[in-house]
Amino acid sequence: MLQLVIFGIAAIASFIVTTGPLAAQTLDKVKQRGVLVVGTKADYKPFGFRDTSGAIVGFEPDLARDVASRLGVRLELEPVVSSNRMQFLQQGKIDLMLATMNVTQERRQTVGIIDPSYYASGVNVLAIKKAALKTWEQLKNQKICAIQGAWYNKVVAEKYGAEIVAFRGQTESETALLQGNCIGWMYDDTAFLERLGDPKWSAFEMPLETILDEPWGAAVKLEERDGPWGQFMAKTITEWHRSGKLIEVEKKWSIPPSAFLKKVSAETK
Amino acid sequence: MDLQPVWDWFRVLHATTGIKLTIFYDAFDRLRFLNGFLTSIRLMALCLACSVAIGIVGAWVQGSQLKLLRTVTQAYIQFFRNTPPLVQLYFFYFALGSYLRITNAAGLEVPIVSNFVWAVICLSLYAGSFNIEIFRAGIEAVPKETVEAAEALGYSRLKAYAYVILPLAFRISLPALNNNLVNLVKTTTIAYAIAVPEMLYVANQIWSDELNVAEMMNVLLVIYVSLVGMLVYAMGRWERALRIPGYTP
Repeated sequence: MLQLVIFGIAAIASFIVTTGPLAAQTLDKVKQRGVLVVGTKADYKPFGFRDTSGAIVGFEPDLARDVASRLGVRLELEPVVSSNRMQFLQQGKIDLMLATMNVTQERRQTVGIIDPSYYASGVNVLAIKKAALKTWEQLKNQKICAIQGAWYNKVVAEKYGAEIVAFRGQTESETALLQGNCIGWMYDDTAFLERLGDPKWSAFEMPLETILDEPWGAAVKLEERDGPWGQFMAKTITEWHRSGKLIEVEKKWSIPPSAFLKKVSAETK
Repeated sequence: MDLQPVWDWFRVLHATTGIKLTIFYDAFDRLRFLNGFLTSIRLMALCLACSVAIGIVGAWVQGSQLKLLRTVTQAYIQFFRNTPPLVQLYFFYFALGSYLRITNAAGLEVPIVSNFVWAVICLSLYAGSFNIEIFRAGIEAVPKETVEAAEALGYSRLKAYAYVILPLAFRISLPALNNNLVNLVKTTTIAYAIAVPEMLYVANQIWSDELNVAEMMNVLLVIYVSLVGMLVYAMGRWERALRIPGYTP
């Protein structure tokens, strides 16, 4: 038993020690290697998904491609999910994260979130029409499918008393909802927009008001947020807003125009 | 008993050392982690009991006179032993689950079998298939003369199995059974794939919300090592208690 306790303490201590000073600066490393590794979603149509050939395409991969071409390096996309994207960044598995991540105070302390944000989304529920949902309060003790790792799972469970049934990815949640395991699926409103136009989803609706509107932030390692790499990304994103690049890419993927982008691009002009 | 000072100590621990164990000082996290722990324990207990029962019955059926019964048992063992448990879980929950639905009072189609029950069924069948083979090994190690002696004394096949063969075979099987049950306890964590709110699932939710991956990983490590330790200890005690002095098959 004593050995066990010592082992546990040693394991905790080793985690604390490893977050020491940073090694090489990412910007130099990327230029030297000639490859930029960006973590994006691969199951979040149309922001990041696999096309018929298996390649990752979408809104965020297009932005990643733009970053790589600015640096004059080759782009490599690494698929991430909500529950591992920040760890991948911390471990140096990816150089940059563009993975539909909402900005929260907690996350700002863990990874280097770049200002300005490049997009924004809120939380909504894709519900079975027969459930006749009108308000968030009706979710009390109801089974709601969700994605593991989403920051609002806890908020909605605490505030509205919903019973969250969280799966690993979109596909599992989607299947569970279609099979009647939950009365609704809680996720980013942006993810539902495309589905509502699809006949497969004709028995479903998005009846609630979008809540918890949060911007999406690109992220680098926390230590590099104010270094050359973080500054480069801040400048790049500002230019995306100014040049209308984001609205252009949004159009390319037929995403309904977001109020956030219109507002920011009006401000930066 | 008021535990508030304990919870507060963990809050101070976070403030002073950065070790963030929200499962102690955050009431919401504490409750959900406790529920996750209890779900895990229930899942483990049910699967252990069911898989051993499957093993005992299956090993008896394997020695049946009816060829059909033997074939069915053999097919079951091959199917469950030779496919990964995660694939079985997905198959039961997503494939079979989609056919087993009823319409409830509100007019909604809901599944008949919940994800927790699917996890119990699947993991029990999985571990049970191994248990059958483990018990079969034990049965085959029981001396033929002993079985013949039981038959000569007028025991029926079932009675001979229950009173003579199984008690001896069980003792021989215990070490191997022990291994498989330890494996089963650890395998219960895959139930998180179908959103059964057991410990790994809850820990995953907590570290996504609180960003304390290292701390929660260590908590899981300590809990699983303790649970498996307790199981191994209990099985060891049982093995010694069942020992027949001088009996070596």
